[in-house]
Amino acid sequence: MSDITKQSLSELVENIKGKKLSSSEVTKAFVERSEKSKELNAYITEDYANALNKAKKFDEKPNLDLKLPGIPMAVKDLFCTKDLRTTAGSKILNNFVPTYESTVTQNIWNEGAILMGKLNCDEFAMGSSNETSFFGNVQNPIDKNLVPGGSSGGSSSAVAAQLTPITIGTDTGGSIRQPASFTGTVGLKPTYGSCSRYGIVAFASSLDQAGPMAQNVKDCALLQEVISTYDEKDSTSIDFKRNEYSKELTKDIKGKKIGIPKEYRVDGMPKEIEDLWKKGIEYAKDCGAEIIDISLPHTNYALPTYYIVAPAEASSNLARYDGVKYGFRAEGENLIDMYEKTRSEGFGAEVQRRIMIGTYVLSSGYYDAYYLKAQKVRKLIKNDFDDAYEKVDAILTPSTPSSAFKIGEKTNDPVSMYLNDIFTVPVNLAGLPGISIPAGHDAKGYPLGLQIIGKAFDEQNILNIAYAMEEKINFKKNVTDWWIK
Amino acid sequence: MSIDLKTIKHISKLSRISVDEKKAEKLAGDLNSIFDFIEKLNELKTDNVEPLTSVAETTLKLRSDEVKSKNLRDQVIKNSPKENEDYFVVPKVIE
Repeated sequence: MSDITKQSLSELVENIKGKKLSSSEVTKAFVERSEKSKELNAYITEDYANALNKAKKFDEKPNLDLKLPGIPMAVKDLFCTKDLRTTAGSKILNNFVPTYESTVTQNIWNEGAILMGKLNCDEFAMGSSNETSFFGNVQNPIDKNLVPGGSSGGSSSAVAAQLTPITIGTDTGGSIRQPASFTGTVGLKPTYGSCSRYGIVAFASSLDQAGPMAQNVKDCALLQEVISTYDEKDSTSIDFKRNEYSKELTKDIKGKKIGIPKEYRVDGMPKEIEDLWKKGIEYAKDCGAEIIDISLPHTNYALPTYYIVAPAEASSNLARYDGVKYGFRAEGENLIDMYEKTRSEGFGAEVQRRIMIGTYVLSSGYYDAYYLKAQKVRKLIKNDFDDAYEKVDAILTPSTPSSAFKIGEKTNDPVSMYLNDIFTVPVNLAGLPGISIPAGHDAKGYPLGLQIIGKAFDEQNILNIAYAMEEKINFKKNVTDWWIK
Repeated sequence: MSIDLKTIKHISKLSRISVDEKKAEKLAGDLNSIFDFIEKLNELKTDNVEPLTSVAETTLKLRSDEVKSKNLRDQVIKNSPKENEDYFVVPKVIE
């Protein structure tokens, strides 16, 4: 069977279950395509030989009742994988080999999937373009020298380029949805507490969530149902009734109330984004949804809040990297000197910047003015959503304020880079689920995404809306394989 | 508000990240532009607002205190940049 890598996850699962394809054939196809795609720099660590062996073993005794039978998969290098190097895109973890497996990846392997390798990402997931990775830029398969978004940039690039049938990323302020939007793929950030954080390299613990990144909504729903489990190893994991999202997926969204928040019409938003949003509203109406104007009055305060809360938590989480127990160490004259040199040489510029911001806002005399203030504003932002959800079932917005930009275009201006996350950050602050689906192209032919935000634990509803709209949008992928010689 | 070089040096000390003059100047510039942006929060009155510390409205669950993974010492030590048999090694602390 030709064109294996062009098949969606759902098709591959069906073909393996129907014995039309073996795991070895599928794994070999994705490994070969990944090997031909080194120019994208999507992988940090390849594990192809092991993957092929595992596929062979699977075929010897195939368990076709599993949800991901013999499906090869590469994952973001923020998930700890037992016995396979996990770097978080950082020099400081360059040689770190975990002794344990993250719960999310364990759930995936339990359903029969096979690890192919670890995907590039911004260092400690801090970035919106994958340019802060110690392992170099990632190319967006849409066009050369275009960023794939971030921080899950290797993941978005690998899915868009069909190096892996599907993948997982993590999203602290938009790191799944923004790269999905930049590459014409689907990305879901689940409700906080839905997917276990155990074994995920921590960035900002009150915001971090893992989620699927896929070719289409149905695949996304299938992976979400695999990765979302209650886990006693994560103290903020929430024990709620989880759906079999892919089985309960429906395009019938008639009568669903979808809110359009006026505050998301931000100053300087390109007309293309405004037009995309209008088109999205029409698609939603065509699907039978009712459109309702709503207000989220504190939207403009979300980014400043995020840039206090996230660095504060990061500065605390990243205190563990001291060059003693694991990772990179720089030699020093004494213990303190060793710590300071290790962290100065081991962390990149953006991570150091955020540690410094976080340390400052938590330091004596500034805590109330910054950190406490931000937590209060965070409450106001969450209240906005709570009020809105009295009237609507979901909210529709653009995913990003622009399409993908060129590598190097925003690296010298941290604030302009941060503005990328203006539509995604409020969702993390409120702990809600959000999904980005490809919805059109700009004049340059670059993909643009729409975001659907749901109530907490209402993943099924936003997946359904996304599924219905996906059919109406009928997005045409325009990846030309330019990087394959 | 302006973050001066003295403050940068102080934060770098607290962060255990060494900075030279050049890096301190760059950081001061970056942090000032970021804090200019953050200052927007002062437009809001929040005296009577409860701070939100976690969106997970859940109380911590108790579980039995059992060892579930064991005999990992060698693997754990192997990740250390410098080790001596069963110990992590650091520069001399006591003269």
